[in-house]
Amino acid sequence: MIAIVDYRAGNLTSVARALEHLGHRCEITDRPERIVSAERVILPGVGAAGATMDNLRALGLDRVLLDEVIGKGKPFLGICIGIQILFDRSEEDDARCLGVIGGRVARFPNQLDGRPLKVPQIGWNRVRQLTRHPVFTEVPDNTHFYFVNSYYPIPDDPTVTIATCEYGVRFTAAIARGNLVATQFHLEKSGAAGLRLLDNFCRLVN
Amino acid sequence: MLSKRIIPCLDVRDGRVTKGVEFLNNVDVGDPVAMARFYYEQGADELVFYDITASNERRGIMIEVVRTVAREIFIPFSVGGGLRNLDDMRAVLLAGAEKVSIDSGAVRDPSIISAGAKAFGSQCIVLSMQVKRTGARPELPSGFEVVIDGGRLFTGKDAIEWAREGERRGAGELCVNSIDRDGTNAGYDLELTGAISRAVSIPVIASGGAGEPEHLREAFVSAEADAAIVASIIHYGKHPIPTLKRYLAQRGVEMREPPRLERSIN
Repeated sequence: MIAIVDYRAGNLTSVARALEHLGHRCEITDRPERIVSAERVILPGVGAAGATMDNLRALGLDRVLLDEVIGKGKPFLGICIGIQILFDRSEEDDARCLGVIGGRVARFPNQLDGRPLKVPQIGWNRVRQLTRHPVFTEVPDNTHFYFVNSYYPIPDDPTVTIATCEYGVRFTAAIARGNLVATQFHLEKSGAAGLRLLDNFCRLVN
Repeated sequence: MLSKRIIPCLDVRDGRVTKGVEFLNNVDVGDPVAMARFYYEQGADELVFYDITASNERRGIMIEVVRTVAREIFIPFSVGGGLRNLDDMRAVLLAGAEKVSIDSGAVRDPSIISAGAKAFGSQCIVLSMQVKRTGARPELPSGFEVVIDGGRLFTGKDAIEWAREGERRGAGELCVNSIDRDGTNAGYDLELTGAISRAVSIPVIASGGAGEPEHLREAFVSAEADAAIVASIIHYGKHPIPTLKRYLAQRGVEMREPPRLERSIN
């Protein structure tokens, strides 16, 4: 079973529908024992970093994710806000985050070369793969994925970045370390390529 | 680079698509789910459904359509038509739509823009406006007037000012539909779309009038639109989405080309 972490925000059902479409059993839950017993854990969502962290802490799920999921090497996938809260801090709400990955989350500039840059970025953008990570199996390099983001992660250790994207700046679009994978783009809204990536995550072997 | 989006629009009345599609062989052309699926597989970047159901009692049908579509297609889609308050928006979003499109309801009560943005996030709120050229005058400097209720009621609101207000109130995107061009196949109103694109810093969606591939290029390049609504240009099979995308990509417009995967997973 795949646990989708319910932290009282974001669009959790779209990830559940995509997983069901792919034939994977999943459950939207905030119960620690369900998350601990799941084979894999997904933290999806749209939302603000501060509110997400507040909700996770109020539900006691920050410790569960740190100690029982990521700390134990259980396969974990973060999507959108789910990549951002892995870092030390986010400029959004000046939020202190989980600190699993060293680094911070910054806001896109409002201007670029004197021209306004629309923030948030909304739409399909090319994702450049830096390594042939197993989650990209059968996904061609430079495939478009669907993004909705005002903020982007900046890892201290550049080797965790497995894919980048350009929007005003070149930024980290996906990271991986061991069994932890996270993407800034929405796999569940990125058509066949997103479904393939999601399916690849569900088949990652420990 | 962010690609420009092509967004097919489906008008749905009592759960059925109203404008037929004549070229599809094995697809029930009245079935919104089958049509959504068809355009999804053709490479649509997003979809929009307008519920034009006349009676309130039958609105629940649309929620069922949304729920089924959300299980079948895995790109963003928005739903508009008759959404007047937070409960209307919540029902559509919970059923699986990525965004809501609010129009007349937002003109009558602009506070629903900010209430929606606060409750669901700006990225969920598309402010859609129907615009008609009624001539510049002191209270309507641009000459572009917002009309509501299917074009029947003139509001006296200047479209450029309404766009700015919508952005201030937290709309995530603006959809600008030209009543003058709608159904003409004469091309988008580039002057209107361009004026709004330059007035705001949120994405602008051009709507109304596309009849030729060149019309999309003009909207993206001259009018700086981020996305374009297409209806009859694709519904009647003259210029299917892959043809439109090829035309635009060959002319330097950044387009998303859906990947050809070894194993289909749609």
